Amino acid sequence: MKAEELIIAGRPFRSRLFTGTGKFSSVEMMEKAILSTESELVTVALKRVESKLSSDKLLKSLTYPHIHLLPNTSGARTAKEAILAAELSREAFETNWLKLEIHPDPKYLLPDSEETIEAAKELSKRGFIILPYINADPVACKKLEEAGCAAVMPLGSPIGSNNGLQTKAMLEIIISQSSVPVIVDAGIGVPSHASEAMEMGASAVLVNTAIAVASDPVKMAHAFKLAVEAGRLAYESGPGSKNVFAEASSPFTAFLDEVEN
Amino acid sequence: MSFKEIFDSFSWKETSRQIYSKTATDVLKAINKTGKLDLEDFKALISPAASPFLEQMAVKSHALTTKRFGRTMQMYVPMYLSNECQNICTYCGFSLGNKIHRLTLSDKQILQEAQAIKSLGYDHILLVTGEANKTVGVDYLSNAVKLLRPYFSNIAIEVQPLESDEYRMLVDAGVSTVLVYQETYCEEDYKKHHPKGKKSNFSYRLATPERIGVTGMAKIGLGVLLGLEDWRVDSFFTALHLTYLEKNFWKTKYSISFPRLRPAEGFIEPKVVMSDRELTQLICAYRLFDPEVELSLSTRESRKFRNSIIKLGITSISAGSKTNPGGYSVAKDSLEQFEIDDDRSPSEIAQMISAAGYEPVWKDWEKILQ
Repeated sequence: MKAEELIIAGRPFRSRLFTGTGKFSSVEMMEKAILSTESELVTVALKRVESKLSSDKLLKSLTYPHIHLLPNTSGARTAKEAILAAELSREAFETNWLKLEIHPDPKYLLPDSEETIEAAKELSKRGFIILPYINADPVACKKLEEAGCAAVMPLGSPIGSNNGLQTKAMLEIIISQSSVPVIVDAGIGVPSHASEAMEMGASAVLVNTAIAVASDPVKMAHAFKLAVEAGRLAYESGPGSKNVFAEASSPFTAFLDEVEN
Repeated sequence: MSFKEIFDSFSWKETSRQIYSKTATDVLKAINKTGKLDLEDFKALISPAASPFLEQMAVKSHALTTKRFGRTMQMYVPMYLSNECQNICTYCGFSLGNKIHRLTLSDKQILQEAQAIKSLGYDHILLVTGEANKTVGVDYLSNAVKLLRPYFSNIAIEVQPLESDEYRMLVDAGVSTVLVYQETYCEEDYKKHHPKGKKSNFSYRLATPERIGVTGMAKIGLGVLLGLEDWRVDSFFTALHLTYLEKNFWKTKYSISFPRLRPAEGFIEPKVVMSDRELTQLICAYRLFDPEVELSLSTRESRKFRNSIIKLGITSISAGSKTNPGGYSVAKDSLEQFEIDDDRSPSEIAQMISAAGYEPVWKDWEKILQ
């Protein structure tokens, strides 16, 4: 397997670990942890930043040449709200890039597939580079790809649950069918979950809660960096297939060698 | 099915008996459960039997809160718009019978108060009034909200119960959250505490969250006045109410507040005194029962208590609060609805929060998200 560069919407990324900025104990801690991940794509919730962006502490702390900020529409419950939030983000952040996130259910924060697809179609027409957060639903992912999204971001398990790849079977299908990068987002709780996603062939993973709420976020960030690299290297190395059963010493078809002339 | 129909199938006395019958086994089962807890588990966690296990509950509550909310604390502040009130409530400084100076802020006064509050750093505000529908009705409220909308990202209200179409008007004006406390779910004794005025109608008040829910309101806050009746039984019914609302209005966020009976003009003694330990137990019980619900603590509580409780399940707190209309600038010395115990300024509280390893969050809303 040849090593491929990760390219999204024409932009190369050296790191396949994307990160979020929520739940940290302080802006300073968030900055240190994100630098420790060497992540080049960092999501920021529009609802958390001050309207005067130049004075926003969080944004200032992430002003590094290698970091590309990705505003997200977290808080939007409908396509309409998400589109409004997107336009606001574009103006405020001066970027066409957008993480489309629509969760009407504030308890489990699961994405509304219907509203997300509708919003993606409209935002694509308006020239946005869309990375949509979506359920691990292969059909929804193909529809988002067809709508013009630059990638798809199916969830491993609910946001903040740290439950890992509960949707593994669906993720495998999505990865096999997708023509755009697949970024596993939400529910990655420990570095081994991230490795697992990368070994499956995911293009990247997004991690927020697992790093932010660790006792030592900076160390955990470094662990995730290593895990993502390891998982990707493993994928590129073409691992041997897992055997369900041991190979028999007298295979079932050995008799054919004896009977054929 | 309305909540009243479900509520009527429960008996206060029988519920009380069940709570007090819970054993250590019941409590441990609830604490160690890996899946979702149910109302029986909640009864165990708020029972006297849970008291020896408070440390274990606190450890779990801290972990669940951190996972869901991160190491953050939402800052909000109340602005009292009016202390006019047509109700008699035995525990409240604004009660109809109390001879106090009544004030309803004018537009100019509202804006003056807003400036004072903005200078404290706030972006999330809670507008509070008494219950005087004729003079401080939905038109007054709608106007106040529109005046304040340019200044605050998130506007919550705690006012008299309204009709759905009135709540819709307020959503359009810019309200995202409504807090409405039942005060007590003990229907039999409710009228003793609320003998006069529209508030004396128990069922009407009980149905308020449903009237709010149908409007698609983003957040609804529930609570009881702890100490009015047995807080354990009252909290069970709050949790029952929460469960009903989450199922029927699944797009809405919920929060629980913990007003504990405090001295006020014309005060009454709490019927059941709730200790700090018991309040801690209740907060932890809610967190274990519902990892996603927001838990809010006001400045009614002491410094010492608030300093420690922020790690145990609370997700939003107020600071530097004034519970009298005009308290921030216009009429600083007028009578407060209840006495504040923690009178530290917002910046002092923010420092305390940072020192505890949490980030004080001033803004977590965008106006277009309604």
